[in-house]
Amino acid sequence: MKYVDEFRDGERARGLARALQVEAQTGRQYRLMEFCGGHTHAVFRYGIPDLLPDNIELVHGPGCPVCVLPTGRLDMAMRLVLDHPEVILASYGDMLRVPGSGRRSLLQARADGADVRMVYSVSDALDLARANPQRQVVFFGIGFETTTPPTALGILEAQRSGLENFSVFCNHVLTPAAMGAILDVDPDSEESVEIDGFIGPSHVSVIIGSDSYRFCAGQYHKPVVIAGFEPLDVLQSILMLLRQINAGRADIENQYTRAVTGQGNRKAQGIVEEVFELRPTFEWRGLGEIPSSALAVREAYRAYDAEARFDMRYRAAEGTRGCDCPAVLRGAKKPIDCKLFATACTPESPLGSCMVSDEGACAAYFTYGRFREEAEQRQVRQRAAVKARRRA
Amino acid sequence: MTSGGSGYRAGRRQARRLDIDNGLVEMNHGAGGRAMADLIDLLFRQAFDNPLLNQANDQALFEVDAGRMVVTTDSFVISPLFFPGGNIGSLAVHGTVNDLAMGGARPLYLTAGFILEEGLPLKDLAAIVEAMAEAARESGVQIVTGDTKVVERGKGDGVFINTAGVGRVLDGVTVSGELARAGDKVLVSGTIGDHGVAIMSRRKGLQFETALVSDSASLNRLVQRMAEAGGGGLRVLRDPTRGGLAATLNEIAAQSSVGIRLREDALPVRPEVRGACELLGLDPLNVANEGKLIAIVDADQSEAILAAMRQDPNGTDAAIVGEVIDDAMGLVRMVTAIGGERVIDWLHGEQLPRIC
Repeated sequence: MKYVDEFRDGERARGLARALQVEAQTGRQYRLMEFCGGHTHAVFRYGIPDLLPDNIELVHGPGCPVCVLPTGRLDMAMRLVLDHPEVILASYGDMLRVPGSGRRSLLQARADGADVRMVYSVSDALDLARANPQRQVVFFGIGFETTTPPTALGILEAQRSGLENFSVFCNHVLTPAAMGAILDVDPDSEESVEIDGFIGPSHVSVIIGSDSYRFCAGQYHKPVVIAGFEPLDVLQSILMLLRQINAGRADIENQYTRAVTGQGNRKAQGIVEEVFELRPTFEWRGLGEIPSSALAVREAYRAYDAEARFDMRYRAAEGTRGCDCPAVLRGAKKPIDCKLFATACTPESPLGSCMVSDEGACAAYFTYGRFREEAEQRQVRQRAAVKARRRA
Repeated sequence: MTSGGSGYRAGRRQARRLDIDNGLVEMNHGAGGRAMADLIDLLFRQAFDNPLLNQANDQALFEVDAGRMVVTTDSFVISPLFFPGGNIGSLAVHGTVNDLAMGGARPLYLTAGFILEEGLPLKDLAAIVEAMAEAARESGVQIVTGDTKVVERGKGDGVFINTAGVGRVLDGVTVSGELARAGDKVLVSGTIGDHGVAIMSRRKGLQFETALVSDSASLNRLVQRMAEAGGGGLRVLRDPTRGGLAATLNEIAAQSSVGIRLREDALPVRPEVRGACELLGLDPLNVANEGKLIAIVDADQSEAILAAMRQDPNGTDAAIVGEVIDDAMGLVRMVTAIGGERVIDWLHGEQLPRIC
């Protein structure tokens, strides 16, 4: 398959693996966070850890939209469909299986009679609204900067075509804010995560541009390499990060030049700016309240804001007891550190959001990497030892 | 079919008795009376025509050989009834023929049970029945007895079909899910995922254009060739239908208490299937097949069996895709194209496209 096979070539991969062996300095540990769930997925699906030297550790970040949505927001959607029989809730598939309060998911709500539909895009939701003029169609808007422009376009299209029974429950969140939050944690605190550099998001960066990460280098002296989602992209990006780290540099570099520019997609940014505004603060699963980290529908488009239309109120809610998703999302724990992992919590009956989505670290780990347990545990022990030494 | 009695008269009376072009299935087509007899005579018996069926008794009588027999049954409740490359009728024959063939058997006789929904166009039923007859002829099996029921409108999905079958196990062949041993080779008979992607291209909300058709086919002749080339070396035969290659290999690994290691670069996948899966965020390994088989075979005979498979029209793209290994965790793994390794898991829940 053209434009794909070139980036999965075995020979080139082995070449990059050899270069990594040369570049990685013995006696030194490299901890690289792949922010994006798409990268976590690629790492395990292609078996990338097998090509890395032992002293490179990939830390899985919070870039999984389904994973970071807090239970309280999911509960809002649940109350909406249960309290308003006129509502059809249109949602991406992954969201339907995440357990909310009382371990109930939207799929279970559907079994109980709520009208919840799986859609592939916001235009499917618009079609639903057109086909059901007597009903209220609410699109469960979720995702990072990649899925935000289509949601904005959905609102603009509803307005243009006078579609009055369509609204959006907006949960769109911002990548740079989350990266900042991870870097802001006090290094001496329990929650701290030691990171030497970031494998930067692919699709998100197509929209926001590589310049958006300058603060990582400037403010925190952490290198970022924007990486494509194919295995050779990831390997090459890791090599670029190692070279920066070894040289003591912290730059924003772009490996994914075939899609990402410095400024990103200005048109998409303009549409988002038109329809959405910053929320003062937003709760993230695992990262807590982060200021200016999420979007809400602007006053001018209030008619399409489901939160206003149905007077939806946010109430913080506890996640599943014993579930380590919050720590996994910060990169502070590995999936196998969680005592529910692969015991009570499996993709078949997930207790935490990270086990639901393909982009979730727990699901990727369970589905593709279960046999890695031993090697992973070794890394976990090494990390604990390093941390203990530093404290002492 | 059996409950119709011997009322078949060919020729001029057909048009009046059963209006296939414009008629619909009615409740009285299943009521045991004249309308049912007409349906059976003019549709089923003509299409399936064979001496055992024409015994016109409530059962079909046949002589048996010495040796081992296999018996199987399967029900088909698909939607849409017609898909690129086949329909529920051809699928109902291929499915049961393949279940017999995967027992290392030569399929002999099938039964066919129809549950028809009131209002089904007789034209559609005729097309389905004709596809069954055609599939049976191609496979060299006879549909020898059957049953017809009609349910009220809204209580069926057009038509449900059950087929059962018997076959005789080929001499010198013993296959079973628990016989895989470390060192055995894993073979597939051709490109994977064709059926599932062809069906998905027609699914509501997902429609995309593809020239791809289902691979639905009977595999009994392929199995016969494999048995002739190295029957004693055959350990396990399975057709990876729902759940795809991943589910079937996991079943075998569990049954035989072994691990399996595939090589990604050896897996035959059509570019259009890879493309569709790439776009939808799916894995061809989880996508259904209807005309493919997996064989676990003794390593020494694997090349001979592979060569024989490639001689068959349903095996031209056959390949050795991996091997059975000792593995305490009983996992199916795959060496990826870039040289890493990953687990090939059962599919969890429904296959869902990713968000970003």
